[in-house]
Amino acid sequence: MVSPNTPESPGGASASAAPRSIKDVVIRLAGNSQDGIQAIGGFLARLAGRSDQDVMTYMTIPSTISGGPSIFQVRMGTGDILSAGDRADLLVAFYQHSYDAHIGSLRPGGVLLYDADHVKPAEGDHRFTNVACPITTGTIEAVGGTAKDKGKNIYVLGLIARIFDLEVPKLTQLIRERFGGKNEDIVRNALLAFDAGYAWPQNNLRDLFYRFEAIDRATAVSGKTQVTLDGNSAIAYGFLAAGVRHGAGYPITPWSSIMEILRTELPKYGGVFVQCEDEIASISTALGFSYTGNVAITGSAGPGLSLKMEALSWATMAEMPIVVVNVQRGGPSTGMPTNVEQSDLMQAIYGSHGDTPRVVLAPKNVEDCFYLAIEAVRIARAYSTPVLLLTDQALSSRIEAFDEPDLKALMVAPGPDRTERPADFKPYPLDRQTRHAPAGTRIASGKYPVVTGLEHDEFGHPTGSPKLHSQMNAKRREKIKALAATLPPPELGGDASGEALIVTWGSNYGPAREALERIRAAGVAAGHLHIRHVHPLPPGLEEILGRYRKVIVAELNDEGVYGFGQFTTLLRARYALPSIVSICKTDGLTFKVSELVAGVARHLGNATLESLVSQARPSPLAAR
Amino acid sequence: MSTAVATPPPPAGAPLTKKILTADHPTWCPGCGDFAVLASFYRVLEKLQYPHEKIVTFAGIGCSSRFPYFVNTHGGHFIHGRALPFAAGISLGGDDLHVFVFGGDGDGFSIGGNHLTHTARKNVRITYVIMDNSVYGLTKKQTSPTSPIGFKSKTDPWGALDQPINPMRTLLNSGATFVARSHATQVNHMTEMMLRAARHDGFSVVEILSECVEFFEGAFDAAVPRKGGNWVLIDEKKNDGSAEDAARHDVTDEVAAFQLAGLGWPGKFGVFYENKTRRTKNAIEAELIAKTREKTKGATDLALLQATFAKLR
Ligand SMILES: Cc1ncc(C[n+]2csc(CCOP(=O)(O)OP(=O)(O)O)c2C)c(N)n1
Ligand code: SF4
Ligand SMILES: [Mg+2]
Repeated sequence: MVSPNTPESPGGASASAAPRSIKDVVIRLAGNSQDGIQAIGGFLARLAGRSDQDVMTYMTIPSTISGGPSIFQVRMGTGDILSAGDRADLLVAFYQHSYDAHIGSLRPGGVLLYDADHVKPAEGDHRFTNVACPITTGTIEAVGGTAKDKGKNIYVLGLIARIFDLEVPKLTQLIRERFGGKNEDIVRNALLAFDAGYAWPQNNLRDLFYRFEAIDRATAVSGKTQVTLDGNSAIAYGFLAAGVRHGAGYPITPWSSIMEILRTELPKYGGVFVQCEDEIASISTALGFSYTGNVAITGSAGPGLSLKMEALSWATMAEMPIVVVNVQRGGPSTGMPTNVEQSDLMQAIYGSHGDTPRVVLAPKNVEDCFYLAIEAVRIARAYSTPVLLLTDQALSSRIEAFDEPDLKALMVAPGPDRTERPADFKPYPLDRQTRHAPAGTRIASGKYPVVTGLEHDEFGHPTGSPKLHSQMNAKRREKIKALAATLPPPELGGDASGEALIVTWGSNYGPAREALERIRAAGVAAGHLHIRHVHPLPPGLEEILGRYRKVIVAELNDEGVYGFGQFTTLLRARYALPSIVSICKTDGLTFKVSELVAGVARHLGNATLESLVSQARPSPLAAR
Repeated sequence: MSTAVATPPPPAGAPLTKKILTADHPTWCPGCGDFAVLASFYRVLEKLQYPHEKIVTFAGIGCSSRFPYFVNTHGGHFIHGRALPFAAGISLGGDDLHVFVFGGDGDGFSIGGNHLTHTARKNVRITYVIMDNSVYGLTKKQTSPTSPIGFKSKTDPWGALDQPINPMRTLLNSGATFVARSHATQVNHMTEMMLRAARHDGFSVVEILSECVEFFEGAFDAAVPRKGGNWVLIDEKKNDGSAEDAARHDVTDEVAAFQLAGLGWPGKFGVFYENKTRRTKNAIEAELIAKTREKTKGATDLALLQATFAKLR
């Protein structure tokens, strides 16, 4: 044992010190993808959901088919957890390569817990508290020789449960739920591994016991039941709540799980999800569904979205409702398929040929994935328009706990409206919103409408009239402007005016909120504006942006030829303010809070703020 | 602008006639084979007498794909080559609808070739009429996937060089459950083929040789007796036990169908293949729904989603 925490008499003394109180902790589990470390993260996240703790996870998965290094990071604690944490307080390293790759992510004073059977930490590195634990042999001893090292993840879960004084009955209940239904042996083995892991610190660690601060129930807990899920699941369930019963898609990481869930769930609801031959067929089939009055969804990631562009233009021209999910990943081309990026914004808004006013929404966290999926379908129906739901790889796999939605209030009844349309029915009236008569609907006049990608008159018949083309372009544009006028003002946090306004869209919400608090704590008057309706923009932004010396837009894409990110470019074009600048990066990872603080400091030329970032913040786990 | 509302509506339940089914005046060149296809289609609808609102005509892009504007039914004009997946959405989204798709050889066999294969293999309930003129008509005379070697087009001024596809073989190979071939100069035959295709429960295709008088005049004369050609019909098995019946074509025999497809130009016309046993995707999906709902005991949508969320607590 190399641990400085080893009791004076090994195997003898028990944990003596009372647990130390902490507010939150970032645990990084680093191993291989087959070790089931995602499962540990899942258990911790769901435990937090059932407890007073808040939680956020962060995961990287290898793009190789099986095996390969994989990490799962969980941040749990008391109060609002907004980001997955810049650096880890506890690193659990399963292998030497895990140690080598991730020791740099550990905060000074943090705890390195490594599998003594596989890892040899660098000698003479005294920055951390090193704990050598025979994870592999411990698991094998507990579960029995034949099981090899399967169950190491549950052993580690036991270790963590003991170190952080987690609620054991709730955890074992979760283990039963997860493995129950399978072979009873599996449940028993899992519980044996858990108990063995749980017992180990008691006999081997002198210190290193923690407990989360008691929560101020009155302010921090909604009192509502929490649900714990990832962003892609939240989108799929949002569609179900919104009354979507039809969809089509083609697999691509990180979108596939949405189509997998819908393919599995929709038959229960009497719906159909079609796996198509490609992305073009997928959007075409989805549009065919919508044409029958069943507003449908399709989705993909960057490359697949490109394939859908021609049909998306048709949807604008034919005014056909549809929702297209795009789970952004690193591009261009196949790029970094299992990393996060926000580089499809321009494609989402402008990617098609012709003038194609359409709607783009971007969820800010997992909970928002659920609600914006519903909102996307509502807008598609109400304005008979294509809507893009622009999420990203980080959100797709991140697990968060949030208040269980009030489904009773949210559920929208599906189904086409086939009531007979009056004799004056026109599919494309110039003075009114288009409301299609789905195929199967009687038209009292006996004259049936055509939906079309050619410029058309009010009845859908082709026209070469320059006047009608201008009028119809205006119609398609004005309805999107009408939508814009109804949008709620975006969420503004911090100071109402001042030195800096951080602007974000998509999954950067959490880190930016945390960065804001640090910046304000350093005495800088600053605000944070987060935009969910990225196109069209909600009203009133001009006035808000004007109240700050610098408007700093943080986005995960390249700064481009002119030095501005994609959303920044749009805001500059729209509001013509030279104060609008960018913090951009494309390292495939979400923003660290420190990166945002540093970016703001740089733009403000604020040296004090900058030095704040370079000050290493010791881990709350550090020995006193 | 259309005067659609000016004409008095037909009384409810009135039989569908060509007059009721006629919409915009076709924009095709005088003499285009597509006119005859349209005339035959009116006759098919007159015979079928489906409820007017349940008929849907859809198309991709091309001269032939303008078809839906000329038929007064629900319908539309999608993008080049993708009408089939769109129609699959219509068919699976509205199982009571009668879905007809029209298009050209370029639309179907070139840009839409992959969709043709997959819609066929899934056996989605759709009737698909390919108006093959062996040229790109709308874009004014480029080589098409069915242009014969030597055909002088704007993209092959020296005559087409690439091997053309064999439409019948392609359709058989992709798993279409009804495959027929006709000629736009044979209105009765065309009508019969489209009628049988429409009545087929599954993905049915009729390829109609339809001359583009503008860019490929005389393309199909080899099958027009008036022009010295041979119009040879497939002699279909009657199952009458007679001696001569043994030599007739069994439409359920895939191998025999491939043999017919391999005949030299201009080949034979009629039904090459018909498979009444393979189930449609429509039926398979309906059964999946029925079986799944049996398991959930007809729970309401709300109860189903609530149960899902309860598991996420
Ligand atoms: C994506 C796309 N590519 C190309 C075109 C141009 N285009 C329109 S119709 C057509 C080919 C038409 O040939 P075919 O399908 O045989 O129909 P026909 O006009 O001969 O009836 C082409 C290439 C288009 N409209 N869209
Ligand atoms: S160009 Fe050819 S296919 Fe097109 S309408 Fe004229 S004759 Fe018919
Ligand atoms: Mg053609």
